[in-house]
Amino acid sequence: MAEHAEVRTAGPRLLGRAVIYALLILLAMYYLAPLFVMVSTSVKTLDEIRAGNLIALPAEITLSAWAKAWSSACTGVDCSGLRGNFWNSVSFVVPAVLISTLIGAFNGYVLTMWRFRGSDLLFTLLMIGCFIPFQVVLLPMAQTLGWLGIANSTTGLVFVHVVYGLAFTTLFFRNFYVSVPQEMTKAARIDGAGFFRIFWRIILPLSPPIITVTVIWQFTQIWNDFLFGVVFSSGERQPITVALNNLVNTSTGVKEYNVDMAAAIIAALPTLLVYVVAGKYFVRGLTAGSVKG
Amino acid sequence: MASLEVRNVRRVFGSTEVLKDINLSIDSGDFLILVGPSGCGKSTLLNIIAGLDTPTSGDVLIGDQVVNHLSPKDRDIAMVFQSYALYPTMSVRKNISFGLEMRGVPKEERAKTVNRVAKILQIEHLLDRKPSQLSGGQRQRVAMGRAIARDPALFLFDEPLSNLDAKLRVEMRMEIKLLHERLKATIVYVTHDQIEAMTLGSRIAVMHGGEIRQFGPPQEIYDEPADLFVAGFIGSPSMNFIRTEVVERGGDIAVQLKTASGAFALSVPGQQAALRPWIGKSVILGLRPEQISAGGNGQTAGSKVQEQRLTIDLVEPTGPDTLLFTQISDATVCARVRPEHACRAGETMALAFDLSKAVFFDPQSEKRLRAP
Ligand SMILES: Nc1ncnc2c1ncn2[C@@H]1O[C@H](COP(=O)(O)OP(=O)(O)O)[C@@H](O)[C@H]1O
Ligand SMILES: [Mg+2]
Repeated sequence: MAEHAEVRTAGPRLLGRAVIYALLILLAMYYLAPLFVMVSTSVKTLDEIRAGNLIALPAEITLSAWAKAWSSACTGVDCSGLRGNFWNSVSFVVPAVLISTLIGAFNGYVLTMWRFRGSDLLFTLLMIGCFIPFQVVLLPMAQTLGWLGIANSTTGLVFVHVVYGLAFTTLFFRNFYVSVPQEMTKAARIDGAGFFRIFWRIILPLSPPIITVTVIWQFTQIWNDFLFGVVFSSGERQPITVALNNLVNTSTGVKEYNVDMAAAIIAALPTLLVYVVAGKYFVRGLTAGSVKG
Repeated sequence: MASLEVRNVRRVFGSTEVLKDINLSIDSGDFLILVGPSGCGKSTLLNIIAGLDTPTSGDVLIGDQVVNHLSPKDRDIAMVFQSYALYPTMSVRKNISFGLEMRGVPKEERAKTVNRVAKILQIEHLLDRKPSQLSGGQRQRVAMGRAIARDPALFLFDEPLSNLDAKLRVEMRMEIKLLHERLKATIVYVTHDQIEAMTLGSRIAVMHGGEIRQFGPPQEIYDEPADLFVAGFIGSPSMNFIRTEVVERGGDIAVQLKTASGAFALSVPGQQAALRPWIGKSVILGLRPEQISAGGNGQTAGSKVQEQRLTIDLVEPTGPDTLLFTQISDATVCARVRPEHACRAGETMALAFDLSKAVFFDPQSEKRLRAP
């Protein structure tokens, strides 16, 4: 009986599979098409780009556009490529990500394990921060940076991104720590550990899944940010996103599509890398719920 | 080891009074049980004793010292939680030694203590595992190990066995009792399980609605419950409550009962002083199932036991005893008889009532009637 049923359903099931796979492959191709065009264009010569069509494979592969984008393309008046701006971005993204993640973890710890009068209200207010668009904070932020004397500096940019990112990092950590039993903190208090010791020795070691999520999120947000970069930095201190824009929009000479593409990929590479390295932890962290005692 | 005293402790959350004027006092080496239904404030009281929560008013004294202003770590206590609250990222060894490390105990001494504790609890082979690699019973042991390692003046347990399955629970209950005798520790133990309360405690505080309804040794709580709630909560199956009228019968006090087939009276030996003012009035008779046994086998002759034939509605064998249910004065009454004496449901049999330990309650105040 059972075997018979098996035979009868095998046909339709196989067909269903095929349809699903075909659909998935189609969608994947659709999403990968821009990347393919970018990569293939970036290794073509300018002549080939002008002559050939957009989706054709390159006739010969050359990395000269990449070299130019990295070290000699013109962004406005300056013709030293994206190299400097790349390191600019690294220099403020890394501290901004680390600091905002650490403070977020700390906030989450306080909001869940050391509730105080008004802590829920504070959390609600912080959450509003997630919905405030960049544009709204531009002017007050500019003023604040001026007062603090860190306008137009890497420190200033780090500060801006930390402040703006706090709402998100706090939300992530709070929601993760809510599932950590309160009794664990109580046990640690009775064991003689204090506020900071409990954080370092008990809570933070539990946190790698959510740290991964937060770091990926913050890195992507801050690296890809354009608006804060263009407003709060200038000249050679500009981040790579702003430089990329300048490079593509430089109006002198011919339009070098291969250099533009190579530059765009360079600007996107670090975020891609972070996903490849930590992507599986990202998914795991997003779904990670309670902490097994 | 130390004594513990709780004086006039109140705890108010918002507008609800969760603890209402709690007073308790136990000696060094006592095993105090806080028992009561879920939500009656047991954990809140335990947290206040631990210093994890602050009373709205009142004092906590450990070993004659007021500890109100001491933080948990300075109260010389250890606590075992219902969820065990082990540190998931640390090995069992680390879990047990963490408290010692926090107190600055040197490394070699910590290692020695861990080994000693592991031996007592038979968890030596588990020391290098993480909590997630342990079974429920093993986690329970580690949680106890963490408490023992510190050698505190006072142990606090918050429903430590309620996450274990029935068989393991009985085993661990015995071990806790042995441990108490071995360590001569002062223990405060929270449970909602009245069997745990009876078997473990040297003193029991029965709580209900944020109040202590009765505080005393287990046998006293069982034999002389202060009120209807305590009488019904302690004991399994529960005490039978029958509404009845007190009458005088030839100088003796008796209670008037009725069944579907007619009325009968049972005379009450003793308790004259308590019951005399209630003659002609309605009271609640409390009779435990074991005080109603099978009659008609000659054993009852000459004793104070009185027999009455009744129709049995339901029969529940439990193994060692069989429970028989019958209807008396609109109450379902449970009798506990030897299995070989049980009849079948629907049959009539003689039940022997032993009223020497019967208790009586005021239907209004629900307090037990005592001699004035
Ligand atoms: N932090 C708190 N805020 C408000 N109410 C609380 C708080 N903690 C406990 N309660 C209330 O106090 C009562 C007693 O709780 P608890 O001591 O945990 O009961 P038990 O341990 O006996 O089950 C419950 O009704 C509970 O809702
Ligand atoms: Mg509780």
